[in-house]
Formats: sequence, structure tokens, C-alpha cells
Amino acid sequence: MSVAQQTPVRTQPATPPPTQRRNGRWAGYSHLLMARMLELKREPEVVFWVFIFPLLLALGLGIAFRNKPEGAVSVAIVQGAESAQTLLQKSPQANQFKVQVLDAEAAHQGFRLGKFDVAIEPGPNGTFTYRYDPARPESVLARAEVNDALQSAAGRTDPVPTKPVSSSEPGSRYIDFLIPGLLGMNLMNSGMWGIGFALVDMRQRKLLKRFVGTPMRRGDFLLALASSRLILMIIEVGLLLAFGALFFHMRVMGSIAGIALIAGMGSLTFGGVGLLTASRAQKIESVSGLINLVMMPMWIFSGVFFSYERFPAIIHPLIKALPLTALNDALRASILEGTPILHQWPRLLVMIVWGGVSFVLALKWFRWT
Amino acid sequence: MPTAIECRDLRKTYDDKVEAVRGLNLEIQAGECFGLLGPNGAGKTTTIEILEGLLAPTSGMVSILGHRWDENEREMREWLGISLQETRLSEKLSVRETIDLFASFYREPRSTDEVLEELQLTEKADSWVGKLSGGQRQRLAVATALVCNPKILFLDEPTTGLDPQSRRQLWDIIRVFQRNGGTVLLTTHYMDEAERLCDRLAIIDHGQVIAQGSPPDLITRLGGHHVVEFLVDGNSGGAQDVWRTLPSVESVREDDGLIALNVKQPHLTIPALLEAIERQGGKLQHLTTRQASLEDVFVRLTGRHLRED
Repeated sequence: MSVAQQTPVRTQPATPPPTQRRNGRWAGYSHLLMARMLELKREPEVVFWVFIFPLLLALGLGIAFRNKPEGAVSVAIVQGAESAQTLLQKSPQANQFKVQVLDAEAAHQGFRLGKFDVAIEPGPNGTFTYRYDPARPESVLARAEVNDALQSAAGRTDPVPTKPVSSSEPGSRYIDFLIPGLLGMNLMNSGMWGIGFALVDMRQRKLLKRFVGTPMRRGDFLLALASSRLILMIIEVGLLLAFGALFFHMRVMGSIAGIALIAGMGSLTFGGVGLLTASRAQKIESVSGLINLVMMPMWIFSGVFFSYERFPAIIHPLIKALPLTALNDALRASILEGTPILHQWPRLLVMIVWGGVSFVLALKWFRWT
Repeated sequence: MPTAIECRDLRKTYDDKVEAVRGLNLEIQAGECFGLLGPNGAGKTTTIEILEGLLAPTSGMVSILGHRWDENEREMREWLGISLQETRLSEKLSVRETIDLFASFYREPRSTDEVLEELQLTEKADSWVGKLSGGQRQRLAVATALVCNPKILFLDEPTTGLDPQSRRQLWDIIRVFQRNGGTVLLTTHYMDEAERLCDRLAIIDHGQVIAQGSPPDLITRLGGHHVVEFLVDGNSGGAQDVWRTLPSVESVREDDGLIALNVKQPHLTIPALLEAIERQGGKLQHLTTRQASLEDVFVRLTGRHLRED
């Protein structure tokens, strides 16, 4: 039972045997990095949230907001207005409409639920009434299209001849807008959680204090953490871009090296912000709240799911000063338009300032114990 | 013998209010196993963390093997093995990976296999830390301290919450380290642990050393190696004076109705005690004699039991 009976073969500190283990300058760094990667790999939640979740999000949104095929304007015709159906079928744009004839109540119900974009109701003396929702862009559009079709079928001639050419090339669709935004958001999420949360967790477990009780170089520790983020970043960006290219035939215009550089800077920027967020918090509950508080405005303003052009122009300079806006804009310019990285310096500068200032403040305030 | 750890007039005040350590002096020789004994909140952990260089004292001097923390920290870290009161090591790393990680921070660590064997963790080398029992986790915590081949081992309550067998395993590990020339500083609130392991002890209460010496020495100073405890039926208020005058009695204390006499020679005390009770018309409910322990020293010094919070 006792160790004493097993006659331990301890080496005498004074005379190290020839097999004495010696560590080089980077042994601590490489072991810290390896330990971090192993831990991440063994944490199924990390794999899901960092890698799988953004793909699912892109897939879901890409399908929901895909460009509608021909005949996508769905029209309800209320019984009594059947003559509208005949007219629509005669019109040159007939194949754009998906028409259903039904009673007034069913038509209203379907319209309310968004099944129909516009409903045509019979009016007095052979006129028609359009029921549409001015707040729904596709409803407004449907009303105009239906009206055009009806009028031209009934004999209206346009004074100026026009010809439409449709353009839904890869590069200008919603999914093309979305994927760089998701990429930016994902880099922010994993930077903030991967650095901020991980550090407070280690502080709460007193692991940071234990590390500080060894000759570990503190800079190596932070460097290992940042390196692990960069390695994950390469996988995240690669997966999401490959996914966009395979499923949505997205075209990547910029150079891979340029995109990787922007994504790497984004990772480090949010790593710095994450470090600052985590510099003093003692409990993971409090840092979780802080992280969400920091990220919330950027989710809304930084143009992840929709363009920030929708916000009043007066606040655009503020929005553009957010690090996620800079990252998203830079990624979009590089991926969708192939803008050279040197032309993006104001955006890169925004990121460097956020990351750099956060890092310096974090080092000043950081609590190891 | 050279001094391994020394501190003088150590003070630590938190937030200008709480005085955790109030003028503490210690001198621990190389090769010694020294214990800091005291109840929870006595300032043991604050003291050991100051000595480990993890906490800055408000004032006072600390010297480890003749070096100061503010002058030579990185070098000093190479000599010290530390086990904190509670460190939760990463659950998703294996035992071997954890020891390797800690070994990588030192210039000349020991071989991981050797440490695994010494701490009886060889079988568990490839298990994740999350799957270990409390005793195995604690041995792993000590392994991360021993892998650096330390000159001094700091252990903050190494056996708290462990089952008796795990405690004994750890004691053996500590003894082996000491036998190989290492110095140990440990804190504990277990009396038996302090008595068995430590060459010398400092009893700490309210941030100060209230007694210091070897366990037998402290017990002798208590004034008697034996304790006679008894319970008498009926009121014996004011009878303390009677007990004190019995032959060979050094001191008396009452604890929840139970009366404890510190006695040099029980064979002289007990007959006289029985006679005295009979004379009072009391009835003896309970009588035991036992060897005096550090617990008795502590209660004598502070009026409180060690495990009371």
C-alpha cells in the first residue's frame, strides 16, 4: 500500500542522470497550445457551436431567402372576380403568377398568413380591388405586377417601349451578402467566448493561479490562446466558404490569402476584446453577461443579416467604427468584389485600434488570481 | 541547517478592513516538514499564498532559500512545487497530458512516468481528469507539483475531504519527498495529520502564531500527557475548584457538561476523583482516559475546537 515500500527511484537533485529531461524555450508554449487544442477537440459543444451552427444558419437562411423562381408571385382571386384570372392568363407575364381562386374568407386567411402576396377582390361594376400590405415589400411588388399584367392584358399600351433583363448572378444574392456576415459574426462569437469565457473559467477553477505558481511565461500562455484561435479561424472560414461555394455556388472573388489575413485580424481583434472583457471577472456567470452586452450592439448594427444602410445615415459613422462592421465590410469587399487588401486600410485600422487598445488595457487590468 | 522559508512580521489586510494575517513570524529549516494548523479563517491560506509568492503581503519580509520574491521570482518558481487548496484541472485532459503540461514549464523536470509511478497513477495515466476519484485528483495535484523536482513543496489542505485510505497514501508520498531531502510546508485542520506528518507546527488563530513547536513538545507544554474526561449526574456547579485540587491535575476545562482534566499521572487522579464525586453525592455517568492530542492543545489555547467555524 505504502509508497515507501515500493522504493521510489527518485533522482538526486544534485546529480542529474544523463537522461535528464530538458525543456527548451518554447516547450511551455507548445504544450499549452496542444492542451488547448485537445480540450477543444474533446468538447463536442465547441465543435457544434463553432463549426456546425454557422453552417446550419447559412443553410436555413439561404433557403428561406433564396431568389424565388418564375411564377413566384402568389395571387388569391376571390370568387366573383374570376375575370381577373382570365385576364392574367392572357397577359405576357402570365407565367410569373401562381393563381388560386377561393372564397373571400379563405383568401383573407391565406393573405394574413403570408401565403398570398396580394388578393384580388371583386368590386362594384366589374372593377377589382387589390388587398395588399404596404409593409411587406413582396406584397407591394405583387400589387404593381398584377396591376401591370391586368392592364396590359386588357389592352393598355405603354407609351415608352421597355425591356427587362433579369440579373440574379451569384454575387448579388442574399446568400452572398449573408455568408461574409456570418463569417464575421462567427469570428466575433468564437473570439469572445473562446478567449473571454475560457479565461474566466480557468480563473474560477484557480487554474490560472496554479499556472502562475510555476515558471510559465505569462506571455506564452496568452500567445498559445491566440494561436489556438487562429487555427480554429482557418477551419471556420474554410468550412463556411466551401459550404457557400458548394451549396449556393457562391463565387469568391478576392484572394484566399487576403481573406485569411482579414479573418485572422478579426480573430485577434475579438480575442483582444474578449481578453479585456475577461480581465477581472471572477465568475463565468458575470462574464457571460458582459460578453453578451458587448456583442449585442454589433449583432444589430454591424450588418450581419441585413445591411446597416437601413439605419439613419446620421449614425453610420458610429456603426462603421464598430469592429464587427469593419470586419464584415472588409470580408464582403474582399469576398464579393475582390477589393485588394491595401484599399481596405481604414477598416483594418478600425480593427487594429479596437484589438490593440483592448489588449493593452487588458494586460494592465488582468487578474491572474 | 539552512533556512528554507522565513517570514517576519507578515501582515495582510484586505480592502483596508479585514486583517487576515497580523504579524506572523516563521522560520522553517531545509528538510523539515512544517505544519500550519488552525481553524478555517485563521489565515493559513493567506499565509501560505504569500509565502508562495502568489499574494503580495501588506507588509513584512519573506525569504525563500535566501531569495526575495520581488527580486528573483522566475528562478524561485523553478524550486517550488505548489498544490493550492482547490484547483480544478482541465477535465478533458488525461493524467499524463496534465503532468506533461506542467512539466513543460520547468527547465529540468522529472520524467512523467517516474512521477506517475511514485504517485500510483500509472494505471490512470490515460484517463481523463474528469473521471478520477477525489483521492486520485488530489494525488494528481501533488504530481503536478512534484514533477518539477522541487526543493520545497507547499501543500494547502492536501487531504481535506479525502477518505482515510487516500489520506494515508498522500501522507506516504509526502514522507518520501521529505526523506529525499525536500522541505514541506503544509496547512491542515486535521490534528492527526499534523501529529503524524509534521516535525514542527505553528498553531495559527486570527492571523497570528499562538504556539509553535514539535507535536510532543506542544502536548507537554499543555501540562499533561493524559486527559481524563467524565460526566457527573446532578449539579456540580462550582465544583471546578474541587477538580483542580485533585492530585496530579494540571488544568480543568468544561465542554458541554463534560469535564476534562489534563493529568500527569492518571493512576493518582482517578481514585481521588471517584472519592470526591461520592463525597458530593453525585453519580458518575461516564469516564474515559486518553492520550492528550493537539486538539487538546488547541482547545486549551483558544477555548474553541479546531473544526468549529
